[in-house]
Amino acid sequence: MADEIAGFFVMAVLLAAVPFTGIYPYFVMQALCFSLFACAFNLLIGYSGLLSFGHSMFLGTAGYFTAYSLKSWGVPPVAGVLIGVFAAAVLSVITGAIAIRRQGIYFAMITLALSQLMYFIYLRAPFTGGEDGIQGIPQGMLFGFIDLSNTNTLYYFILSVFLLAFLLIYRIVNSPFGEVLKSIRENEPRAISLGYKVDQYKLMAFILSGTLAGLAGSLKMFVTQNASLTDVHWTMSGEVVLMTLVGGLGTSFGPIVGAFIIVAMQQYLSEFGQWVMVMQGAVFIVCVLTFRRGIVGEIAHYFKRSL
Amino acid sequence: MQALYGQLLVGLINGSFYALLSLGLAVIFGMLEIINFAHGALYMMGAFTAYFLLHYFGLNYWWALLFAPLIVGAFGMLLERTLLRGLQGLDPLYGLLLTFGLALVIQGIFQNYFGSSGMPYAMPAELRGAVNLGFMYLPIYRGWVVIVSLVVCLATWFLIERTRLGAYLRAATENPTLVRAFGINVPLMITLTYGLGVGLAALAGVLSAPINQVGPLMGADLIIVVFAVVVIGGMGSIMGSVITGFSLGVIEGLTKYFYPEASNTVVFVLMVLVLLVKPTGLTGRAN
Amino acid sequence: MAEAATAPVLDVKGLQAWYGESHVLHGMDFQVRPGEVVTLLGRNGAGKSTTLKSIMGIIGKRRGSVMFEGKETIHLTSDKIARLGIAFCPEERGIFSSLDVKENLMLPPAIRPGGMPVERIFDLFPNLKERLTSQGTKLSGGEQQMLAIARILRTGARFLMLDEPTEGLAPVIIQQIGRTISRLKAEGFTILLVEQNFRFAADLADRFYVVEHGQVIDTFASGELEANMQKLHQYLGV
Repeated sequence: MADEIAGFFVMAVLLAAVPFTGIYPYFVMQALCFSLFACAFNLLIGYSGLLSFGHSMFLGTAGYFTAYSLKSWGVPPVAGVLIGVFAAAVLSVITGAIAIRRQGIYFAMITLALSQLMYFIYLRAPFTGGEDGIQGIPQGMLFGFIDLSNTNTLYYFILSVFLLAFLLIYRIVNSPFGEVLKSIRENEPRAISLGYKVDQYKLMAFILSGTLAGLAGSLKMFVTQNASLTDVHWTMSGEVVLMTLVGGLGTSFGPIVGAFIIVAMQQYLSEFGQWVMVMQGAVFIVCVLTFRRGIVGEIAHYFKRSL
Repeated sequence: MQALYGQLLVGLINGSFYALLSLGLAVIFGMLEIINFAHGALYMMGAFTAYFLLHYFGLNYWWALLFAPLIVGAFGMLLERTLLRGLQGLDPLYGLLLTFGLALVIQGIFQNYFGSSGMPYAMPAELRGAVNLGFMYLPIYRGWVVIVSLVVCLATWFLIERTRLGAYLRAATENPTLVRAFGINVPLMITLTYGLGVGLAALAGVLSAPINQVGPLMGADLIIVVFAVVVIGGMGSIMGSVITGFSLGVIEGLTKYFYPEASNTVVFVLMVLVLLVKPTGLTGRAN
Repeated sequence: MAEAATAPVLDVKGLQAWYGESHVLHGMDFQVRPGEVVTLLGRNGAGKSTTLKSIMGIIGKRRGSVMFEGKETIHLTSDKIARLGIAFCPEERGIFSSLDVKENLMLPPAIRPGGMPVERIFDLFPNLKERLTSQGTKLSGGEQQMLAIARILRTGARFLMLDEPTEGLAPVIIQQIGRTISRLKAEGFTILLVEQNFRFAADLADRFYVVEHGQVIDTFASGELEANMQKLHQYLGV
């Protein structure tokens, strides 16, 4: 616990200092959005043991709803985020109720299929702009007076939301609810025999995870100012799995480390075209075979700490 | 009416691919407890192998039908021996992740060399043209695809359910440790089973080549639909996989005729309905 | 008792075994000579079944020495061990539900010439003949046990390991199994038996080893049984 609190402060300070270094804030903002996405995903796989292969549907849904409301309805930023998050929440309730009916492998396949269903719906839906997407999303004025089109201002907005969400997730994981989830992951039959309504807990975890993934998607709209089908494609679902796996399933900081690495990889290797896909695939294979704890997981294991 | 029969036929063809692929997935899952995400990529490799055999070796379609499954099947067995072996004893979810990575690697490599669009593969001369059935014109090649798929599916069913080799496979799926303690080389059986599943996917790829274009992305969207097919049908029964595959193809074809906007999504919607009503899938056997 | 001049079929020395992290066998030492029926006795959890599984090579990790017909088998995989001529009938019987009775019977491949022909098997186990097309697991417990023994007789192996063949069976069936094992013994099979049912084992076995905490703590020949009843009651807690 102490290690994680210390880690949080170190992380917060480092990230707060970014605009003063020469590092490109746009890259860090993107990485923060994906970090949140990965942390939300980790809530499900790392602590509840449920592998969702369709998490992009939450990222993308919130993104589209936020984008549309900001651009076409001209709502203020907070309202735009809330609309997006709400949409993701509703979707997570519906898809969760369907997917929770099966476990393990089947759960993963069902979430993938549901996400693909959403992809095709968004492909045809007029409000998403189809293949073109929604472009030129206005960043607006936060609370009416904070200008989010200023890069540094936007950066601190994104960072603040991210840190708050991280704390929220940490709180969830370390609450009695979180303990029950972990016990379900460790030994589901035992949890059932102890009287826990396991399905309800899993559904709740799924909804929390999907909603927070939606928050990441909404925030991303301010950064990229662009909503597209890429955000609901199955490759996006695969990427968040990769980020979490590389960083460390079930660790607090793993998803963040993983997200930064993968976003950096895509940014700086973009000239290599499809080789990025090959590399990501190779990383998957290597991680599964030899590196299942992920970076943070290995560090935590080596130093016998909780990270 | 012709249009309806036309769509039904296309539906049967898609159903053939669904059946062949979900059959391969089920066989692999039974023995290895791995959901082979790479199945779509291997189907694509089957089509590409046919393309290469034609364009670089001058071997025509008929050779491809024989060799592509063997070549890609052998490649699959190599993958199993090197990569998938390391998954034994792990949670099956890791198998899904590893094969997903494998799919990315394969698809990525092909996309690098061939771009994203497809290349045409000429229909074999013997199977061109159409036959007048009275109520519709049946393009010969399409009829051929459906018949070959049915025959292969039935042959696979027969092999597994009615032969001695199939008895070994069924027993090893159920209790591999005991089968090995009888003196049977179970690890070899596992490798061969993976090869069989992959071979079925590659065969579907060859069959698909003259109809669809041969492109690196051809397996990607298909595998997700096949997953939905597998969730609907369950993986407990060979016959179940085959019947579900063909049926869903037909339903998809009908949807394309009556309500085209939903044709991409009808299988997924059906999956949702089946999950709500009978979560363990139509063939009923549990996880 | 005069020491037999013949070499043992099975010679186990210092056999240790682990189930994952758990150290379950701490050094088993015993022998089985040709044509003998040897029984491992002991309480639940003593390590008797684990010993058979270790010999068969289907346990996690093993160390020590298991010589079969003069060959060291400790580093071999289970299929290779089976092919040396050891046949194993597990405690759970292991009848495959996805196979019918005939397929179950014919499953183990012949590893030596001289396997019992099918007609003779039906002589020994007449009920099986009538149930050939039934699903394997639809048989009663006793019939499944018969099937489990029958199928390993086909392989030609002359050394059989039977793990609790009478467990959970009715007295009538137990008698039948006893008669079957006697007949096999008369035909020269060498049998290593694990049994909780002491009475059953007493009638059949030539020698006994008592196992406790993964080690052999005592051994008797069948003639010495009566004299050591007190000790045995203590060991087995009966």
